[in-house]
Amino acid sequence: MLAYYFQLGLRSLRRNPWLTALMVMAIGVGVAASMITWSVFRAVSGNPIPDRSAQLFTPQVDNWGPQNNHDGEPPDGLDYVDAMALMHEHQARRQTLLYAVQLAVSPGGDRSLPLAANGYAVDGDFFPMFEVPLRYGSAWSAADDQARAAVVVLSAELNQRLFGGADSVGRTVTLSGHDYRVVGVTRHWNPQPRFFDLFSTNGFDDATDFYMPFSRALDLQLRTAGRNSCRGKLSFTTWDGWLQSNCVWITAWVQLDNPADVSTYHRFLESYAAAQQHAGRFDWAPNVRLRDVAQWLDYQHVVPPESRISLMVALGFFVICLVNTVGLLLAKFLRRAGEIGVRRALGATRREIYLQYLIEAGAVGLAGGVIGLILTSVGMASVGILFEPQIARLAHLNLSLVALTLLLAVVATMVAAFYPAWRAARVQPAWQLKSN
Amino acid sequence: MSLQIKPILAALRRHKAGTLLIALQIALTLAIVCNALFIIHDRLAHIGEASGVDEASVFVIHNQWGGDQSEQEIDAQVRADMAALRQLPSVRDAAPASGYPLQGGGWDNFITMTPDQVKPTTDSAVYGGDEHLIDSLGLQLVAGRNFRPDEVATMGDQQMVIPPVVIVTRALADRLFPDGSALGKSFYAMGATPSTIIGIVQTMHRQGTSTWDRPYAGQALIWPLRRADTRGLYYVVRAKPGELAEAMREAPRALYAQTRMRIIAGKDGIQDYARIRQRAYDRDRGMAILMGVICTVLLAITAAGIVGLTSFWVGQRRKQIGVRRALGARQRDILGYFLTENLLITGGGVLLGLVLAVGMNLWLIVRFASQPMPIAYLGVGVLLLVLLGQGAVLAPALKASRVPPVEATRSV
Repeated sequence: MLAYYFQLGLRSLRRNPWLTALMVMAIGVGVAASMITWSVFRAVSGNPIPDRSAQLFTPQVDNWGPQNNHDGEPPDGLDYVDAMALMHEHQARRQTLLYAVQLAVSPGGDRSLPLAANGYAVDGDFFPMFEVPLRYGSAWSAADDQARAAVVVLSAELNQRLFGGADSVGRTVTLSGHDYRVVGVTRHWNPQPRFFDLFSTNGFDDATDFYMPFSRALDLQLRTAGRNSCRGKLSFTTWDGWLQSNCVWITAWVQLDNPADVSTYHRFLESYAAAQQHAGRFDWAPNVRLRDVAQWLDYQHVVPPESRISLMVALGFFVICLVNTVGLLLAKFLRRAGEIGVRRALGATRREIYLQYLIEAGAVGLAGGVIGLILTSVGMASVGILFEPQIARLAHLNLSLVALTLLLAVVATMVAAFYPAWRAARVQPAWQLKSN
Repeated sequence: MSLQIKPILAALRRHKAGTLLIALQIALTLAIVCNALFIIHDRLAHIGEASGVDEASVFVIHNQWGGDQSEQEIDAQVRADMAALRQLPSVRDAAPASGYPLQGGGWDNFITMTPDQVKPTTDSAVYGGDEHLIDSLGLQLVAGRNFRPDEVATMGDQQMVIPPVVIVTRALADRLFPDGSALGKSFYAMGATPSTIIGIVQTMHRQGTSTWDRPYAGQALIWPLRRADTRGLYYVVRAKPGELAEAMREAPRALYAQTRMRIIAGKDGIQDYARIRQRAYDRDRGMAILMGVICTVLLAITAAGIVGLTSFWVGQRRKQIGVRRALGARQRDILGYFLTENLLITGGGVLLGLVLAVGMNLWLIVRFASQPMPIAYLGVGVLLLVLLGQGAVLAPALKASRVPPVEATRSV
């Protein structure tokens, strides 16, 4: 019976081609607009490290004070003094500091020109904490951190360019005039958004080329390639002067496995800040934060407002398309009041009429879904016009999106058909038969 | 033509569902179209901001160093690079720079009027460059003088050098000294020593285009600093008129002839201002396009919906129309009936839509720090939808007006 209703539905769609085309196009365009903006929103609002996001925390300490901080919030990064002190106390199971560095791979082999390489100075814990997948070798050890070793972990991309993707562990790479021993090579790894460095990036960037020990980067006095934010009067003229200034440029991360550890660490931060106040370095009460990945992404507004606004507008647009469909379905169904009257008189129950028209609407929805799918894939190809390249490339059409598009179109159209189908089912057979 | 509002209302009461649906559709459309138009206008105004740069002739080279040179070596290389670039036949002028307008973000300092003032007066974008920077960017010096070569200092990696002289934009000068007396006055930019204003340029955009920059729009200063930064720096090059492409080809060749231990990235290493501007306003342009497309399609769908539903009503009422015609109604009476009917429905929808439009704008203000929408957008939106409604209903109404009086006698 359902198959028969579906056939009837298709036949009826052919009867008013203009009206049908209008409905199908409206649903298709509405679904496509929603899906395109949704796919971008999904990409930028995703959890980059789902199984560990609740255990990773970034501590913040207010070293600027109420006069200089932003609306009472501590700065987004740490200064050198606080960062080193927090690491020194080692109150978390795993911990790392990090900042962005920019070096050049010296010419060699068949390359006559140096190669730009963007990396991070991190501690050895960085790799197990953030579950960085390693293709060859391993992360460096805590002993390497201590020894300020000249070691490096290459990304799959840089390893491909320098060593053709071969196992390069043990080989030497020269970065800006200094030699480093390769201890590990990662697989492709570029979590989006880049939750661990929202201080210097907006969360969406090209894959990193290499990782080197934080302690080694300090020895080489490698200046941050990321943000450096200061307050008050700046008077430093040397590297050490800069380190002792209130400039923030370091991000810290700690792994805290359970709520007890979290509150212990929070108390530790409070007492650290209190000690600084006591020592006269801060002349304000402790003002610290300990945010996990989700809170940090939210606080840093990683999802661009454009993405949210366009998703809301597209959904509003879809609602209008549905209101439009309700009106057109109403017109279409009631135009066939005579036919309904005949069917009712021949014994069809209201339920059956209701079912038939819902299924007919489902057919419209399916057709709209197919149009929507075509428009979505066209839109995906041109999403680069609407968003900046780093974000546009995250949006892609996959199986779940295809299924969602079709499902949304069919379900939404059938919901829209509830009222028109109900009206159709209430047609009085006697009335219709009389006037003919 | 007498207005037949009473009979129309009576008829509409028999089509409650259809009437409500059209009114609702118009209301939602009005809410979205008003806000979308406002977003488009806001973004386009942003995109059109003047940079102050001679954009037709200027390009920027991002030069990174490839080895482990000392600051002295880097400074010497920058000077040699400049000499090489300025000698090129297609190049008018070139300068080293710490950043450039519309770069997307960069160096900015807070400004105070006294050294011990705690709360900053305002914020200014900071550009470091030599005495060629103003000409290389094509900025317009409207008061005072340019830097002298002997005023240009070298700034190493980790040094905070505060030069005693500074050139500011008109916007910053007026912000600090509203009475127009900025020239010769001094201020503090996060340093212990003041900088004295020796020149004022008409316009120089900040590096950033973000919401952080908005309250400080147009506020920028140039310090006579040549940065000996081990990571690299920017070369701003101004081609002779019409020779931009030629200069963009010649410049990297001239630089590599100096030394090959440098990196000028293939993709973004050399950018002309058309590209810089395009990248700076990626998001704004994308938003404007998306809102434009949604507006257009939305209006088309709403119009089509009105045509569809009105055609259905005309089909349903053929008999009644025939009766009216037989009783003496003229074609234009029938036409007027449907136009008026649509006007009433649109009017209802528009009233609801105005409330929704303001509500949506408030939501954008609270959630996204958007600006309040000027009343004019509501006016334009209402006008647009009324015209759209009347236009959409015209075809079915004309069809209705051509129903012959003889229809009254059929099938009764």
